[in-house]
Amino acid sequence: MPLSAPVDRGSEPAVAVESIVKHFPGVVANDRISLDFNRGEIHVLLGENGAGKSTLIGILAGMQEPDSGTLRVDGRAVRIASPRESLNLGIGTVFQHVLLVRSLTVLENLMLGGPWWRRAERAAALARFREISETLGVEIDPDAELGRLSLGQQQQVEIIRALWHGGRVLILDEPTSMLTPAGVHELGQVMRRLRDQGVAIIFITHKLKEAYEFGDRISVLRLGRVVGEIPKERLAGMSEAEVTDEIIRLMFGPTATATGDAGALAHEGERRRRNAAVDRSVEPLFAVRDVSTAALPGETAVREVTFDVRPGEVFGIAGVDGNGQKALAEVLAGQRPVASGRITLGGEELNRLGVAARRRLGMRYITDERLGEGTVGTHSVATNLLVKEIGLPPFWWRGLTRWAQVREHARDKIATHDIRTPSEQTPIARLSGGNIQKVLLAREASSEARVVIFNKPTYGLDLHNTRLARERILKSAASGIATVVISTELDELTELCDRIGVMSQGRLRGIVDNAEGAEMRLGLLMTGADAA
Amino acid sequence: MGGIFTVDFTTALLFGAVTAGIPLLLAGLGEQISEKTGVLNIGIEGMMLVGAYLGFVAAYYSGSFWLGYIGGAAGGALVALLMVILCVWLGMNQIVIGIALTLGAEGLTALLHHFQFSRTYPRLGEVPTLSLPLLGDLPVLGRSFFDHNPLVYLSVALVFVLSWVFRKTYIGLNLQAAGDNPAALDATGVSVYITRGGAVLATGVLAGMGGAYLANVGAGLFVPFMTNGAGFIGIVLAMLARGNPLWVLLGAFLFGTSLALTTALQVGGLNIPTDVVQMLPFFMVIVVLIIFARHSYLPPALGQPYVRGER
Amino acid sequence: MTIDAEGELTVGTEPDRRRPAWRDALAATLRVLLPVLLALLAGALIILALGKDPLTYYAYVVRRGLLSPTGLEATVTRMAPLLLIAAGLIVAFRAGIWNLGVDGQFLLAAVVVAALAPELIVFLPRWLTVLLCFAAGALVGAVWSLIPAFLKARHGVNEIITTLMMSFLGISLANVLIKIPFNDPTTTVPQTATLPVEDRLPRLFDTTVHSGVLLALVAVILVHLMMTRTAFGLKLQVVGANPRAALHAGLNITGLTFATFALSAGLTGLGGAVEILGVWGTVRADWNPAYGLLVIPLVFLARFHGVAVIGFVLFFAVLMIGGESAARRLDVPHFFVLVLVALLLVFLALVEYLDHRRRKSRID
Repeated sequence: MPLSAPVDRGSEPAVAVESIVKHFPGVVANDRISLDFNRGEIHVLLGENGAGKSTLIGILAGMQEPDSGTLRVDGRAVRIASPRESLNLGIGTVFQHVLLVRSLTVLENLMLGGPWWRRAERAAALARFREISETLGVEIDPDAELGRLSLGQQQQVEIIRALWHGGRVLILDEPTSMLTPAGVHELGQVMRRLRDQGVAIIFITHKLKEAYEFGDRISVLRLGRVVGEIPKERLAGMSEAEVTDEIIRLMFGPTATATGDAGALAHEGERRRRNAAVDRSVEPLFAVRDVSTAALPGETAVREVTFDVRPGEVFGIAGVDGNGQKALAEVLAGQRPVASGRITLGGEELNRLGVAARRRLGMRYITDERLGEGTVGTHSVATNLLVKEIGLPPFWWRGLTRWAQVREHARDKIATHDIRTPSEQTPIARLSGGNIQKVLLAREASSEARVVIFNKPTYGLDLHNTRLARERILKSAASGIATVVISTELDELTELCDRIGVMSQGRLRGIVDNAEGAEMRLGLLMTGADAA
Repeated sequence: MGGIFTVDFTTALLFGAVTAGIPLLLAGLGEQISEKTGVLNIGIEGMMLVGAYLGFVAAYYSGSFWLGYIGGAAGGALVALLMVILCVWLGMNQIVIGIALTLGAEGLTALLHHFQFSRTYPRLGEVPTLSLPLLGDLPVLGRSFFDHNPLVYLSVALVFVLSWVFRKTYIGLNLQAAGDNPAALDATGVSVYITRGGAVLATGVLAGMGGAYLANVGAGLFVPFMTNGAGFIGIVLAMLARGNPLWVLLGAFLFGTSLALTTALQVGGLNIPTDVVQMLPFFMVIVVLIIFARHSYLPPALGQPYVRGER
Repeated sequence: MTIDAEGELTVGTEPDRRRPAWRDALAATLRVLLPVLLALLAGALIILALGKDPLTYYAYVVRRGLLSPTGLEATVTRMAPLLLIAAGLIVAFRAGIWNLGVDGQFLLAAVVVAALAPELIVFLPRWLTVLLCFAAGALVGAVWSLIPAFLKARHGVNEIITTLMMSFLGISLANVLIKIPFNDPTTTVPQTATLPVEDRLPRLFDTTVHSGVLLALVAVILVHLMMTRTAFGLKLQVVGANPRAALHAGLNITGLTFATFALSAGLTGLGGAVEILGVWGTVRADWNPAYGLLVIPLVFLARFHGVAVIGFVLFFAVLMIGGESAARRLDVPHFFVLVLVALLLVFLALVEYLDHRRRKSRID
């Protein structure tokens, strides 16, 4: 059974949105957005984080309803009030975060949503699974437990699930962040195959390169509005540079300069850190030798990782999510015990020291989970700025809290780091992601820091805050701090780092100097050991 | 010493173990269904108690034990309904509401009992039993295991039915998904609210029937606060059983044995004070928890209400 | 400590000063009064359904519990154990620990103190006996929370179940102790040896209220100050609000967990000691006032604030004393108080929920 009817030039768009408006408290996420999504076409929605792409997708997927506006499927006005209705209309969505049940098998995940009064019919499900897998050209064991598959494979299962009910429209929300370069290539092939079969594909991204590479049509979103569109006919004949310029013009206006945020977007992936500042003759400040952690069920352990960092050097750790980066960051910071190996800071062994003790020696760790781990949401900005120093002078005297000094300290940091908050006593969960990140950066960038580990420092941030965060990282390295940056974005790593290692299945496979061709070598390293 | 190893003692112990274990079994199975979907159902003690009361009232006024079980199921379901509305649908804190429901059930049933029965303390008639053919004639084992009120056989059968449902039906998959990753379930178009709501109602029905059995068969009357922690023991059973109903069966029987020890010992001629023996089941629970602490499994989304669209 | 789904019970350390103070105060008052009024209303309906007149009942409760001199003294006396338990619960809840084993901790401590005091008073001065008994009570309570503390700190076992089980175990154990080793052979009813009235806690001024009440008041205030003004208190709150963040911040979670249990259960045990030394002088078999679980909604209503808790405990003590009288006179058994407590919890959660919804739609 084919996925959908062949394309007919004069027909209605598979899905169309007209004047969609959606408010959230304090912000207009979608401001009168009108777009057409045609069959047999890959339509890219391009915009930075916070531009409103995810909200629009949420509406199409039935997760929320618009405040006003019309949705049309094949020309007919419809209401999508729940995920069930979205699926019934043939709209399949693959979200950024894996929405699968880890403790069930692949096939069981796909069978979810079957009529509850019946016995699970395995044979029928298996047949459909094979059918769709073949169309996509992927091979996955239907009886494998989902939690054991690599993220790339899980994403493929998600795509199969999205197409399960008929496949009129396939929505992919930032799908490449979980993939190796080879995986991205594969995804591209899958998308083209589906497109040629008549599926309407909506591809959401914040990266210019991807928009150019995958899109048949590009719509640019900024601050909740569609600021411009590059239709199919024009796009086909433009070079990458021309597309880049056009998009910059659409986003920032005709007089956009090459500096600031516009410049950052335009030249993304082009900047490379110059290696000159690092003095190679100095002893490494931070040394990691054959460090391993205990394997816990459901996650990747660290296996014999070895690297070192000199003062002022920026060391990058690349790799797709789920290859042990989190465990590595935690074992270095002291949140996880060392099973074997040695970690030394300035010659002193850290193995037996806890988080607080390592902090005293100059170790700093900025987590990727800002609200889940980095801060206490219900407590004030002031408290959060000092949460790692509770009990220490000068803010505590003999165990008693000196609230006046705490608040003053907070006001000071808020001013110097441009943290946007109603007051230093606002519960930190009320701040935007970018401002919470500023708090984290302010907290960890103290004068006694000697080693700082950044875990996904610009994740989910808009252009402006991304730029600020990266500047701060470079500044900290310039002052002699041994810096480690863990990231899934190769562009970011080549911009910031002197040397970059690749994490794969818990091992650090090869360290690459950040010179010409580094991306290629990194891509190979990521793929070579690829189960991720 | 002669008392303990006689046929009489053994029969009394095993028979008592089954009788005491059934309420625990039903509570444990019910709690297991709830916990699978991610709801920590602390109110189960209240569900059992209301089930015990309504079950007793139904059996007393109708003369039928079967109607008693229906009454019990209704009572448990009523309390469960409150939990569904407040916790599953509105998303209020499951622990606070659970405590409230248990305390409220205790108070309410005690109040009602005071006004209805405290002067007369009526008792039910003889418990109808069904002796299984052939099996019921075995020595010792026959009288112990195969000569019980029919709910016993149904409850044990339920263990296997539930096992099958968990592993082989769409319901089972949905239940597991609701507890593992409710957003994933929602994305497939299945309502998390209905799944969890159904689970909690099922818990109420089972716990209520367990309470009715406790009152009608176990004791023959209703006494305020008579469940005395049975619901909480059910929670322990569910926690340790790691999603497998068979472990609940084993655990219920074990704890039932410790509960039945009092009467059995009296039959055996030993005179250990009642209070010491009453400590036994809770003592065993603690010991089991200490030994098996590392092996208890709880689904990742336990205790967290699901709100669509929120991360 | 989160009451509400999205973690929005702002047990923050300081208020947000940007909105006008009077509006905050009004909202806060309503958030507190509304559940109480609703609960009383619902309670009245239940009394009606049972065939009694709720107005008579409530009026009687207030008269007996608050307005009569002997009643007021009884109410204030009743506040002593309630306040100490409340202090213990504040410590636990703010640290995110559900110490539901308070009844068992209370009773065991009471029994041990009841057995210890008559022995000590024979050869020790009263002040020393009292001091040692207080210490013993706190110790017994703390020890009884060791197993749940260990299971939670080491294996992450949910403390709701472990503390509840220890509570049931403790109550049974208490009875065994009363009936066997601590039994007073001179009485027909199984109970511990009685501490003579003159050896109990000294009375305040001319009243029948004992000085333990002062101790309880001081304890609550000290606990409040500790939680809001010390590093230790702040650490406990961080662990309670976000255990992962606590780990990330380098806090010693194991140590803090044990400390929380010990402090919480210790205060509860102290409550048991005070109640015996101040009021009863002995413990009868099968005596279990079950104050513990009843105090829980009061602590929530007060948002874990020490001074507010005192007000709520007073309100509740009036209900209890008045209710005990009413049980005899009007035949509304004291089980009704249990129902009222449940209603309080439900309406409190409901009001919190509605308030949270309202605030979410107003976020700047």
